Amino acid sequence: MFLIMSKRRLNDAVTMMEIEAPLIARKARAGQFIIFRLDEFGERVPLTIADSDAERGSVTIIFQAVGKATQLLSQKEAGDFILDFVGPLGKPSELEGYKHACVIGGGVGNAIAYPSAKELHNNGAIVDIIAGFRSKDIVILEDEMKAVCDHLYITTDDGTYGEKGFVTDKLKSLIDAGNHYDLVIAIGPVPMMKFVSKVTEQYHIKTLVSLNPIMIDGTGMCGGCRVKVGGKTRFACVDGPEFDGHEVDFDELMLRNAFYKDQEKAEYEETCRIGRGPAKVTGKE
Amino acid sequence: MPAQDPLVRNHNFKEVTTGYTPEMAVEEARRCLNCKTKPCVEGCPVNVHIPEFIHLITEEKFEEAFQKITETNSLPAVCGRVCPQESQCEARCVRGKKGEAVAIGRLERFVADWHREHASRPPEKAVTNGHKVAIIGSGPSGLSCAADLAKAGYDVTIFEAFHTGGGVLVYGIPEFRLPKAIVSDEINNLRAMGVNLQTDMVIGRILSVDELLEDLNFDAVYIGSGAGLPSFMGIEGEDLIGVYSANEYLTRSNLMKAYNMEYATPIRKSRAVAVVGGGNVAMDAARTAKRLGAEKVYIVYRRSFAEMPARKEEVEHAQEEQIEFLNLENPVRIIGDERGQVKGMEVIKMKLGEPDSSGRRRPVAIPGSNYELDVDTVIVAIGTTPNPLLKKTTEGLETDRWGCIYTKDNGATSREGVFAGGDAVTGAATVILAMGAGKTAAASIDAYIRHKKAALSRTEI
Repeated sequence: MFLIMSKRRLNDAVTMMEIEAPLIARKARAGQFIIFRLDEFGERVPLTIADSDAERGSVTIIFQAVGKATQLLSQKEAGDFILDFVGPLGKPSELEGYKHACVIGGGVGNAIAYPSAKELHNNGAIVDIIAGFRSKDIVILEDEMKAVCDHLYITTDDGTYGEKGFVTDKLKSLIDAGNHYDLVIAIGPVPMMKFVSKVTEQYHIKTLVSLNPIMIDGTGMCGGCRVKVGGKTRFACVDGPEFDGHEVDFDELMLRNAFYKDQEKAEYEETCRIGRGPAKVTGKE
Repeated sequence: MPAQDPLVRNHNFKEVTTGYTPEMAVEEARRCLNCKTKPCVEGCPVNVHIPEFIHLITEEKFEEAFQKITETNSLPAVCGRVCPQESQCEARCVRGKKGEAVAIGRLERFVADWHREHASRPPEKAVTNGHKVAIIGSGPSGLSCAADLAKAGYDVTIFEAFHTGGGVLVYGIPEFRLPKAIVSDEINNLRAMGVNLQTDMVIGRILSVDELLEDLNFDAVYIGSGAGLPSFMGIEGEDLIGVYSANEYLTRSNLMKAYNMEYATPIRKSRAVAVVGGGNVAMDAARTAKRLGAEKVYIVYRRSFAEMPARKEEVEHAQEEQIEFLNLENPVRIIGDERGQVKGMEVIKMKLGEPDSSGRRRPVAIPGSNYELDVDTVIVAIGTTPNPLLKKTTEGLETDRWGCIYTKDNGATSREGVFAGGDAVTGAATVILAMGAGKTAAASIDAYIRHKKAALSRTEI
């Protein structure tokens, strides 16, 4: 059992939690992830490690309630327990030796991009962050990101905060203004990572993306998370989750992520009804 | 042995065979000739005292029979169910030369089940000798190594990557062949003997082998991490939606209980399934798919029935449950629709050619015999290799080109104080061979630690 040490709502759908896991905190590095299972009936779900503190013995996760498991987790409070919490999994990012990096996050992806920006910054790189959101009310981690970069550019699709437009527009304008990036990191929805990679390919800038395929064990024993990179099949949980954005088959990843879409939608709707009026007793709480 | 009706059981996950009654067990036990030479014992990888325990059954001393078995085998309820007895103990039975061999496996199972239902006292905890051993992996080899070391007084900690102990016994072998309550009982017995099981611990990530030895002061480490890395065929269409490794399909169903609607993990609702391979894993996947509601389930295997590595009983059970066998056929490519979903598999017919280096006749494709099999799910069960994580994170741990850990006969690896056994060493094999390797390593670890202690006390003088 793993204690939830603290909880903070970052916006309507995104929650930050600090989990007591001293052994994981000691080893966790940027780019790695954990797998949690809330209770006996729950699924195993991967979440990227957003931060870790070896002294406090804590691992921070930031997640959006998109499915049943994350929805139920978001309803837990500080002092509650998570049944299983496994990690650190995956390969750590290699973030040494870069001079000028641009870290791009999309929505909740900013939480996952944040530790990479922090590590690049600590390694002495000049770091620009482009943080993209749909609109003002879902902007997260603004102060945290500001503290680990040289320039923070916030974009919103509807222009309600920061600059109006997509992260790709901002990236292009920064490059065209003479910024010489030797690394771009893009983390967010698959289409966003795909289009960022398309932009940087034209400029020949090395680009890393963090992939989010469906996973079960997260240790390389099932291949459920397989992705095609450079024409080869790789397991994201052990070979990644970070890969060269110019080599990833994003279209196949999008298709594979829709594997259980119908079943997930039905379950999510059922979960959302819980606590909303005449609750359906599911026996899963 | 009594069993559920095939056309009923292929819609549920309850155990297929219901086991002997005491009367049936005694009657079967009486068939044992109690030979002086005991060839059956040689056929058993952990050398269970077979004629002795069977004789105790004839006297209705079931608890004594259990004690006799557990002198050498710590998981009899498991072994009695999943061992391929026809190629081990029962293959050597003298009665098998004319007529049927004594049903040693079924008798072992009966005794273990009887003990589970009637035993009153938990196993005893040995007096501690003050030495600590770490075991990586809680599958059959880790469990049997832990049991022997705990009996010898060691302070044993098992580190398991999954949230439940048991390895392949919980994620691989389905409920209808090995009820999970039995596995958890066996593990609880080990706990009662003082073994500490830590789940959610991926060694190589959260802690390294070196940290176990140096920082956590374990005197020795046993690697029983199995062969969990699935092989794929490398054919077109293998990344389509609806293609699973058998490991993934079985893990979803067995470990995550996707077959039970109360559990959240999803699994594909298939109409027609092709399972590629001819081993026990292929049989398990096919029979699981049938139970999950598929109308048609095919086993696609490139050789003939005679070469099939699966247990005979499982093949027969699968046939009774209306699994269709397409032997001497081989997949060429998997065909998808515009949404990336599997809609068929192109198959080519094979014939057996000349024997290859392994002595088996090599299957050869018959040109032009291709046809399309109408399936919406493909499960690949063509084998597994050891996971490379421990090799990558443990300096000086030698492996062969398939990633199998190199060991001497006593289970010692190229690293001092580090032992290994089971599928991590041999590649995918059987439960009982893994248990045998765990026992061998336990004896070697005991000898190693005693030797080290003796050397230490000499230098102190």
